[in-house]
Amino acid sequence: MVSNPRPYIFIMAVLLALFGFYNYIIYNTDGYVAVEKLSPVAVQGQQLFQSNRCWSCHQLYGLGGYLGPDLTNVYSAEGKGANYIKAFLNSGVKSMPQFHFTEEEKEALVQYLKQVDETGIYPNYDAEIEATGWVKIKYRNEE
Amino acid sequence: MKNKVPLLFLLFALTALFLGMLFGLTASLQYLLPEFLKETVPFSKLRPFHVTSETSWIVLAATGSIYFFIASVEKFELFSPKFQLLHFILFLLTGVAIYFSFAFDYTEGREYFAFKPILMIPILIGWVLFAINYFKTLYTNMKGWPVYYWMWGTGIVFMCYHLMEAHFWLFDFFRLNFIKDFAVQWKSTGSFTGSWNMLVYGISIYLMSEIKKDTDVATNKIAFFFYFLGLTNLMFGWAHHTYLLPTQPWIRYVAYAISMTEWIVLASIIYNWKRSVLKIEKENHPMAYRFLLATDFWIFINIILALLFSIPAINFFTHGTHVTVAHSMGTTIGINTTILFSALFFIAHYVRPQLKTDTKWVKRGFVAFNISLFIFFVSLIIAGAKRSYWMYVSKEGSFAEMQDSIVPYYISFFIFGIGIFISLLIVATPIFKVLLHKIKS
Repeated sequence: MVSNPRPYIFIMAVLLALFGFYNYIIYNTDGYVAVEKLSPVAVQGQQLFQSNRCWSCHQLYGLGGYLGPDLTNVYSAEGKGANYIKAFLNSGVKSMPQFHFTEEEKEALVQYLKQVDETGIYPNYDAEIEATGWVKIKYRNEE
Repeated sequence: MKNKVPLLFLLFALTALFLGMLFGLTASLQYLLPEFLKETVPFSKLRPFHVTSETSWIVLAATGSIYFFIASVEKFELFSPKFQLLHFILFLLTGVAIYFSFAFDYTEGREYFAFKPILMIPILIGWVLFAINYFKTLYTNMKGWPVYYWMWGTGIVFMCYHLMEAHFWLFDFFRLNFIKDFAVQWKSTGSFTGSWNMLVYGISIYLMSEIKKDTDVATNKIAFFFYFLGLTNLMFGWAHHTYLLPTQPWIRYVAYAISMTEWIVLASIIYNWKRSVLKIEKENHPMAYRFLLATDFWIFINIILALLFSIPAINFFTHGTHVTVAHSMGTTIGINTTILFSALFFIAHYVRPQLKTDTKWVKRGFVAFNISLFIFFVSLIIAGAKRSYWMYVSKEGSFAEMQDSIVPYYISFFIFGIGIFISLLIVATPIFKVLLHKIKS
């Protein structure tokens, strides 16, 4: 059976147009929370997070590895914070090797995690499950 | 057979598969023995090796199979055999460079693309060469294109786009806005998977039509309906990965609505269960047939899981747990790998018709593979459920205590991971032999 491609080309064109429009909006839409641009020091911390493959074991917003804990709110969590983060970077723990960061690098990583922390909460217990299957989450800083 | 480049792609792919499994097994050992190897080859070093090797297995095996089907089975004259060879050489050299990049810690990239970002350039050139060769070879015959040609073409084009999108973080416009940057990162990886699925699922439809000797499965309107449904999901359905990220709610509404269209796929699978695979002429391609049968089972299991956690109320509890890993392992091993092994057996039989593929050991390997994968999958689901319970219900104890409580499931995951490795090695041995023999001859 030889299929007529015209309707398929039309559907493809419509989908591609929608995809282009959708991407344009996604790329130009800021997050729901007040936009906090990463500072130059935080960007340096983010690069260290990537170069040392911290994401292999750790998660941000539940995305990443499973060997270590999620770090989204490690900066603001009770009993944790900058010194707690630096202590782990200094000594390592269990399967986490000891890293040999300079003081400046540790500070950059802390700044990165601090700015990530400011963007929101994970896991977020302030959530309301609706009958439609939707979950309404109250974001940080939301009135 | 003059053109041996597709077979080189397949040999390269199988090598990546088994190397990747070795890296994965060594990495998973660190869940059981956290101190073991941590200063020499820590988990964070092994994981990129594992992930990149397995991704390469899928992409290379799909590429080699498509080249083979077009040039050797369908007998199209390839637009440029030189482009094809250059494509292979570029991927081979880049693969070696990526391993060096990982070994010597040049890992400035992000999850799934951890290597030095500059290495993405030869990869993209390879995809563009593939695209030129593919469309130049086939465009004259577009009127009669069965659905798998559309799927392969779409997969190649979207692969190019999403590989670029995965590197948008290199621009400050994205990078400085953490939430947007993170959302785009997971958009690109979600759609990258969707792109290779286009290539692999296209292969499964091609195999069905070839084995059944029935072109209708690839040309009827229902096949095209599901193709466009899959494409819509590829384009707009990625955001279930980021439901819990504080993005604009409309992004998640769209993703929720689009993801739910996959119920149609599930309903169709159930409705067509007996009509689809079981009618395949299995006598000529017994192992290709068996692997497609296994694919049907794993699609059924994984689509249910995917549909469930695309519902935000369920995703809320499964996100960030091993349930997500179960899904990614279940789809890459259970669906992609079974389809690709079906293709490999089809190709092995094609290049060596006297080859008996369903030997006693291969059949045993096939059964052991599926059993191992099932227990491996269930272990991850249970580990994920326990982690979710710790996160949302008990909320007691440290992360380390939670990890210790799921060690039995990690043991099971590790043992049956070895089971998958050994059983696939048994199954792949005759394919390795055929490929090596044909390449040498």
